[in-house]
Amino acid sequence: MPGLLKQSIALLRGFLITGRYLFRPPVTVLYPEVKTRVAPRFKGRHWLTRYADGVERCVGCELCVIVCPSQAIYVRAAENTPERQVSKGERHADQFQINMLRCIFCGFCEEACPTGSIVMGQDYELAGYSRASLIYTKPMLTEPYPGASGRDPGREV
Amino acid sequence: MSPRSPEREGAELERRVLTTTVERMVAWARQSSVWPASFGLACCAIEMMCTAAARFDLARFGSELFRASPRQADLMIVSGRVSQKMAPVLRHIYDQMLEPKWVIAMGDCASCGGVFNNYALVQGVDKIVPVDVYVAGCPPCPEALMYGFLMLREKIGAGGGRR
Repeated sequence: MPGLLKQSIALLRGFLITGRYLFRPPVTVLYPEVKTRVAPRFKGRHWLTRYADGVERCVGCELCVIVCPSQAIYVRAAENTPERQVSKGERHADQFQINMLRCIFCGFCEEACPTGSIVMGQDYELAGYSRASLIYTKPMLTEPYPGASGRDPGREV
Repeated sequence: MSPRSPEREGAELERRVLTTTVERMVAWARQSSVWPASFGLACCAIEMMCTAAARFDLARFGSELFRASPRQADLMIVSGRVSQKMAPVLRHIYDQMLEPKWVIAMGDCASCGGVFNNYALVQGVDKIVPVDVYVAGCPPCPEALMYGFLMLREKIGAGGGRR
């Protein structure tokens, strides 16, 4: 009989824990409706940033291509001409592609970039129905207006 | 479309009265109970487990049942790198799953080999099984996987992805 009593108390203690959790707010994040906030230094999708006056920062030096451990970046540089001055250096990126399926989001490209052109944003919603749809080209990567990526367009690097 | 075209009236009627085609009802039922196979390969599997756990709770979309048997599963989440030795096993599991079945290539390694561009790994799981949704990230955070999963749900709901 004492064994039965002991077991009943153990059972009730177990239910007490269940009951306590019943009145706590749920821990579940309602993801598609409520976007969870990521850490401020989260490394998400890339942006090619602009200066405050709208000139592209990328000078087509291909240092990000060299440093990328998974060879996810392709850059084809072109010379700037007096008629068509795209960036502030001698060259600019004519083609700039990042394969999001190759990229491991390590941030080396961001560190290597001498003009601070390439930055990692906060967006993590990267999925697609085909492999080709996740190769981001220059129009997709370049921020639509200075500061669209969330970085200060007036910063030095 | 003019304001009173037959198509628009049909759509309006369908919205107000509970009628639908069998095909759409089946698609709705399928997208609301996609059971994944409990099958993890590498670090992405940790994020996959996290997606199914209480904080992100894949059960909200009817996918809480990670089936241990591929014969009871509808979805294979290839979570991690697939080595050349693992490839026939993966194909075997895929063949054991019953139709209709879907595949999510989760993360970089499953999608295209990722950082491991070498002879030991299959460069993209779509070389051995047909993939419906590719999710980028290394590993993708649970929200990113859920985003890919919702894309798959949309595809199933539209009646796509059947082979």
